Amino acid sequence: MLQADDLAAERGGRTIFAGVSFTLSPGMALTLTGPNGAGKTTLIRLLAGLGRIGGGRLLWEGEDALADRAAHARRLSLIGHQDAVKPAFTVAESLRHEARIAGVDPAHAEAAMVAMGIAHLAEAPVRILSAGQRRRVALARLPLARRRLWLLDEPTVALDHAGVAALGAAMAAHRAAGGIIVASSHLPLPLPNAAQLRFTIRPRETEAAA
Amino acid sequence: MSPAFALLGRDLALARRNAGDTLAAVGFFLVAVGLFPFGVGPGPELLARIAAGVVWVAALLAALLPLERLIGADYEDGTLDQALLSGLDPAGVAAAKAAAHWLTTGVPLLIASPLAALMLNLPLEAVPVLIAALALGSLVLSLLGTAGAALTLGARRGGVLLPLLVLPLAIPALIFGVAAVDAAAQGLAVRPHLAMLGAVAAAALPLAPLAAGAALRAAVE
Repeated sequence: MLQADDLAAERGGRTIFAGVSFTLSPGMALTLTGPNGAGKTTLIRLLAGLGRIGGGRLLWEGEDALADRAAHARRLSLIGHQDAVKPAFTVAESLRHEARIAGVDPAHAEAAMVAMGIAHLAEAPVRILSAGQRRRVALARLPLARRRLWLLDEPTVALDHAGVAALGAAMAAHRAAGGIIVASSHLPLPLPNAAQLRFTIRPRETEAAA
Repeated sequence: MSPAFALLGRDLALARRNAGDTLAAVGFFLVAVGLFPFGVGPGPELLARIAAGVVWVAALLAALLPLERLIGADYEDGTLDQALLSGLDPAGVAAAKAAAHWLTTGVPLLIASPLAALMLNLPLEAVPVLIAALALGSLVLSLLGTAGAALTLGARRGGVLLPLLVLPLAIPALIFGVAAVDAAAQGLAVRPHLAMLGAVAAAALPLAPLAAGAALRAAVE
């Protein structure tokens, strides 16, 4: 269970968001919507333990999630704006390295490629892939690492319909297995019954004071 | 396999794929050393006297070349985020990076160093000491360089800042390293110099990854 309790974030002395609270039980999903610059990416990085919390608490199973950042990292997968794949490797090599880094059997790379519909690209160097194909390689990390919490920042960027469907199937399987998903998107995501958190741009405090 | 070895394994596989980076550093090293006979004149005695210092300085500069991309490339393509989420302490991520730099740059420079020493007429009996001293010295530079690369992440003109930050810190290693080779060339005891160099490496081994780890964490915030 992931719990945000009055979370706040600031950057460069400016509050980006404050008072974010939610509770996500196993199988639940939360989508983040709102205009550019409203803090969706900041919240996702905060949930991953990469940002600095400006206020409030983040709880996992009722205990401070970030007390042990390494343990928190081991229960989540983050798909950020960047695909984080090296152009010099082939798709299969990339995922086998990912598997070793995540501490799972590299043999699972095959199934992850099938899940994201890139099995036919296994021996293709990432360098020659299209943006959508690279995104699929990045997303293949999710079924590969099998972490409890998926944090997805605009996961469907550059994906075609089949790619979105593959991601939808992976997300459904993950939730059915008791996983939790937090995803930001400007496009509708294939996440049935997901709770929604709507971000708005906060007025600059200096202006508000004036 | 521990994530640290997995990260190191990926960096080594990447270096094998992009072997040009390693060859460029070794090429720079040999060319830089090769310039000295043209600059100071081909007198064998003069060259032999400056050989240790020249080889050391050229090796330090050559080892700096790949440093900016060492972590910078990972920072830009999101790989650094993923590494910090591997469940490894940031200092462990930094240590894996330093090990990768030493294995892909330091060791090839070590292998090329006897050739550089011969070009400058360094006495043959000093070559084993040169290799031993450079082994420790390049390790120190890999560690300091990783900390410097982590600190300059995201900074404008980080590539210029990096040598300004790292090279002054490498001076103790340079002093003891060159002294060891000079002592060997003159038939004096080399052990005290190598011991001091080892002490520098022993200090950098835990401290540099800790500093680099803190810098990595700050860089992704």
